[in-house]
Amino acid sequence: MTTNEKLTGDFGLSLYRGMVTIRAFEERVRSLSAAGQVPGLTHLYSGQEAVAVGVSSALQPDDAITSHHRGHGHCLASGADPVRLMAEILGRTAGYGLGRGGSMHILDPATRNLGTNGIVGGGVPLATGAALTAKTLHASWLAVAFFGDGAMNQGIVFECMNMAALWKLPVLYVCENNHYGEFTRIDDVTAGTLAGRAAVFGIPVAEIDGMDVLAVHAAAQDAVARAREGQGPSLLVCDTWRFSGHHAGDKQSYKDDAEAKNWAAKCPIETLGRRLVANKLADADSLSALRKTIEADIAAVAEQARAMPEPASASLEDHLHG
Amino acid sequence: MAERQVTFKDAVLEALAEEMRADPSVVLIGEDIGAAGGVFLQTKGLFEEFGASRVIDTPISESAIVGMAIGAAMTGLRPVVEIMFGDFITLGMDQLVNQAAKVRYMSAGGFTVPLVLRTAIGVGGNLGPQHSQSLHAWVAHVPGLKVVMPSNAADAKGLMKAAIRDGDPVVFFESRSSYNTKGPVSDGEHVVPIGKAAVTREGRNVSIVAVGAMVGVALQVAERLAGEDISVEVVDVRSLVPLDEGTILKSVKKTSRALVLDAGYAQFGVTGEIAALIAEQAFDWLDAPVMRLAAPNVPIPFSRTLEPLVIPSRDQAAAKVRELMGTR
Repeated sequence: MTTNEKLTGDFGLSLYRGMVTIRAFEERVRSLSAAGQVPGLTHLYSGQEAVAVGVSSALQPDDAITSHHRGHGHCLASGADPVRLMAEILGRTAGYGLGRGGSMHILDPATRNLGTNGIVGGGVPLATGAALTAKTLHASWLAVAFFGDGAMNQGIVFECMNMAALWKLPVLYVCENNHYGEFTRIDDVTAGTLAGRAAVFGIPVAEIDGMDVLAVHAAAQDAVARAREGQGPSLLVCDTWRFSGHHAGDKQSYKDDAEAKNWAAKCPIETLGRRLVANKLADADSLSALRKTIEADIAAVAEQARAMPEPASASLEDHLHG
Repeated sequence: MAERQVTFKDAVLEALAEEMRADPSVVLIGEDIGAAGGVFLQTKGLFEEFGASRVIDTPISESAIVGMAIGAAMTGLRPVVEIMFGDFITLGMDQLVNQAAKVRYMSAGGFTVPLVLRTAIGVGGNLGPQHSQSLHAWVAHVPGLKVVMPSNAADAKGLMKAAIRDGDPVVFFESRSSYNTKGPVSDGEHVVPIGKAAVTREGRNVSIVAVGAMVGVALQVAERLAGEDISVEVVDVRSLVPLDEGTILKSVKKTSRALVLDAGYAQFGVTGEIAALIAEQAFDWLDAPVMRLAAPNVPIPFSRTLEPLVIPSRDQAAAKVRELMGTR
């Protein structure tokens, strides 16, 4: 769907389902974390669903992605198996990395996911390198790097943008500006603009409402089309907000209450739901029922994952070398 | 099979060309490696044969070069990344340590990183503190990376071919001082397995366990001390990771004395690691404490009088061997 195309019920509902699945998954992780069931730190994607779903719905199955530390949403939007994803987050052997990676290190060749990443900006060179593969092998797929506003102050991101623009690599850079790098406001640590960082390399930039899944989708489609035509990289700067803290359990004392309330009113799921109802593509009751069904499914996923075994000691050195 | 005399540098070049001809997914990525042929002419002719899409000249962005090569390796290429001077691997360390080394482990083998990072190391030519270091111990410290360090032309060719074919990230250290040293290289297919040391000279009294360019020093010392009735065995480590512990221990158990020789720093370095291996696993066979000879713990100085002082010398090594024999 481009900006001028008509929204259909099937497509609208698929976006709605995708975002609700992520929200339900993340809220389940939140409650498991609060109950002490999730080892270590986990970073929730609630609030930013429109970005992962809007971009992923513009991609083909063989397109590659890289994600960041707040990455469960990208995994699900790319088609990850929720049970294996939850199992990895819980450190179980059924997880994508047999429980050795965890939330910040989810890699899945089947969905062409080169990984969530614990290093801020870490996915950007991987996606750019994947795009180099595509170009070198004359493949039709492209690569997408999801990263946050914080990564826009990492030098390697600019090194990559320079080469991607120079060589017209088929890569899409998606910056999710949720306004906070951990506990610090992006404005307090950033000179210039996020868009300007790519513009200096001649990379086309679209600044979009990251809470509007249709706007994200339309911008992603334009950028994907350019990449597939050999016109090189694009940057989407998606204005968004994380409904939770930096990590599950963060009290967020650094956030302004009024601002948070303002953003809460822009919930991407509610926004799309209202639009579907207004366009008579769904009714409120059926959306509510769909949401309950998905929440129940995810609850079952969590129980299934929780019941799975943790890795055996003997597996410690497995997959260190080939 | 017939042999030719080939320089270390050209032996690596042969390996690159042969592997690129055999496998279209092998690409080179680095600074000045294209039409310029490399600052040491170590990629001479490859650009002309394989073109710009497989011999990829990059901006001076070591960090992204390494990181992009990892992403390329995860998605179907076999990149050989060149970092011009070993000192500059520090710029790519996050990519090597936090990404390349962990991808196979974190993905339970779902993704692999068939990447070679080649880099020239060592002292010589008064290039000063930022162009002379031997930092191989840094990468050897990190589980998930393989580290090789050939000492002669034949091993340089054979290990480069093995490294390119390997499914894991391999860091390939080349001593600049070896680049123009000729040695016999057999015609035809020649692959040296990663993880195997070599006994380069057999002896009875002392084992010198040496790494990279220091193997040449060890062989010269062995020759010199043969005239003093000291029989020196030389073990060329060749692969730091995986380390061929068996060959090292077998030699030391035979000779009962060991000197470990490396051009990297002494502090927390390769010599200490190998000395500890010998002390832990061959203690009962030892007739003398394990000794080490490595670079002194200072930045590599520029001046013509100071620079030679940081390279382990034949005289120093010979003195250590005599000390081990109690004939100092």
